[in-house]
Amino acid sequence: MMLSAHHKLQLYGALLLLPAALLLTTFAYIPTVTTLISSLFLPGFRGAPAEFVGLENYQVLFIDPTFWKVARNNLLYALGTIPTSIALALGMALFVNARLPGRGLVRMAYFTPTILPMIAAANIWMFFYAPQIGLFNKLLGALGFSGVNWLGDPAVALGSVMAMSVWKEAGFFMIFYLAALQGMPPELKEASDLEGTSRWSFFWRVTFPLLMPTTLFVLINALINAVRVVDHLFILTKGGPNNATNLLLYYVYENSFAFFDRTTAATITVVILLTLAIIATLKFTLLDRRTHYQ
Amino acid sequence: MLDAAPLIRFSQVSKCWGSTTAVRSLDFSIAPGQFVILLGPSGCGKSTTLRMLAGLEAVSGGEIHIQGQDVTHQPPGARGLSMVFQSYALFPHLSVADNIVFGLRSRKVPKAEQRERLAKVAEMVDLTAYLDRKPAKLSGGQRQRVALARAVISEHPICLMDEPLSNLDARLRADMRRDIKALQARLGMTVIYVTHDQVEAMSMGDRVILMQHGEIVQDAPPGELYNQPATTFAASFIGSPAMNLLPLTEGLEAAVIEGVPETPVAPLAAATGQLGVRPEDIELRGAGEPGVPATVISDEYLGADTIIHLAVGRHSVKARLAGRQSMAPNTACTLAWRAQAAHLFGSDGKRRDDLAPCNLMPDVPDDADARVVPRLPNVGSFAI
Repeated sequence: MMLSAHHKLQLYGALLLLPAALLLTTFAYIPTVTTLISSLFLPGFRGAPAEFVGLENYQVLFIDPTFWKVARNNLLYALGTIPTSIALALGMALFVNARLPGRGLVRMAYFTPTILPMIAAANIWMFFYAPQIGLFNKLLGALGFSGVNWLGDPAVALGSVMAMSVWKEAGFFMIFYLAALQGMPPELKEASDLEGTSRWSFFWRVTFPLLMPTTLFVLINALINAVRVVDHLFILTKGGPNNATNLLLYYVYENSFAFFDRTTAATITVVILLTLAIIATLKFTLLDRRTHYQ
Repeated sequence: MLDAAPLIRFSQVSKCWGSTTAVRSLDFSIAPGQFVILLGPSGCGKSTTLRMLAGLEAVSGGEIHIQGQDVTHQPPGARGLSMVFQSYALFPHLSVADNIVFGLRSRKVPKAEQRERLAKVAEMVDLTAYLDRKPAKLSGGQRQRVALARAVISEHPICLMDEPLSNLDARLRADMRRDIKALQARLGMTVIYVTHDQVEAMSMGDRVILMQHGEIVQDAPPGELYNQPATTFAASFIGSPAMNLLPLTEGLEAAVIEGVPETPVAPLAAATGQLGVRPEDIELRGAGEPGVPATVISDEYLGADTIIHLAVGRHSVKARLAGRQSMAPNTACTLAWRAQAAHLFGSDGKRRDDLAPCNLMPDVPDDADARVVPRLPNVGSFAI
């Protein structure tokens, strides 16, 4: 068979794409599609074939109060951790980007939590939060306050988990901000200094707008992490007390591997995927228009 | 030359980084309305000097005064000057208009006045049609004009320019030289302009401060710099091709060029130094005529003129002849120049005006005043 030059080029391109396409299909697209399919079926008992039930699984899920509690927890978790860790990351990046004695050491110190595996970090924080011997309660005790049951009190537990997440994430986001700050030509600061622009004004009129692409990137990452990373729950609270710290992905895990309810797990997964897709689309369309890319 | 009240005064200003000295006790004053060029090779301290004046670099010693005020430790914004950067330093996320009025917003100039001044300045630098564009959508020349507009709109009396034309192509650079000079004259600004390009220095400056190793070598108008270079460095830095510098030795009764004992060129006292002659001041004559004997090595045709490379003793000499001249290699000839075209430098490289070079062209009527009358500098191949 004779191929024209154009077709040859197309075949060549397709072959180049093949390895990536194969991996993505096997590990991303097929699982997504099978998850979507299994969320539309009810498994049959005693070897009976699965029964197509349409959106019934979703109706059941949406009247499940635990699901709403977990979703609400995850929303609070996202609202609590994302802005805090981004603001903290930006503040730390600005701080270590300035002339500062021992700058390299400070940078490394800020970045250390990122290097630690989440499981290890969670174990460290277990000791901080422990009711009797924990660091925080010891400190409070030394100041004459009564201790707090950081992880056992339903009113406090989610806040404790969030605090640890912020500690873990901020250093990671700082690296992106630091890289962006170092990519900014120093003449911009000099030019604005010559005009007598205050530091505050320079930050809001120049630095922050020029960091927008980084902020957008970090925002998406932080959002995904808020839903995706639940490793610390295994160590700290296991979703308790009374689901006070349960998050969506951990709830998926529980349904799937503790309650062996794969159908509910699949249904929640589809809901999570849809929500994330909508938010990411909104962010890229709305914020991109106001973001300057160099 | 200077007014009683200079606009800018440097007294004993120096700058060190650790053990390296970038600028060594600089002393000079600048009068209002002057276009002053800081000229020198890279690393000579000219940019550091400008940045110290701007307040972007801390001074290690000495004082800087602007309008009689000691500004040595003042922040840049309090010094009342504007600056055009080599990289233009435009804010990439702001439109041309916002870039230009950036400083006015910082100084909280009322909106209406901002618009008025913007319109005037944009008209002046021919950017009115581009006010809504982002810098990335502009050509190099347009970006340069935005940077210029940002400096002009501030209405500061002093404008600093740090090699502003070095990122432009040659043709545009020639246009911008004229535009900047015209703008400066029209607004009566005092401009301090850093460059390593002698063409920019000669064509734009009212006054050129030539620097080397962090010190001032010569501070003079362009014509004087060209016609009476203070040192061999000044002589070789200005002019293209550079001035010929020939070491002298003792002859029988006078100093002679090394390897050419038969022709006296200067008094005996000049013997340890060097003789400088500009390529365009050399006249080529037939072999055997009075003058310095030489042999042609090659010729180099440049269009408007031809550079002839010659061997004099063991040294090589360039002569510039008008138009197209062709000379076969190894042709013997004689070089001659008028007494006022020869420059004598001592063994320390400094100019010696106490000695009079010999006149190799006694047949040409000598104009006694020719040395003091500056002629138009002939640098490179541009028309002034």
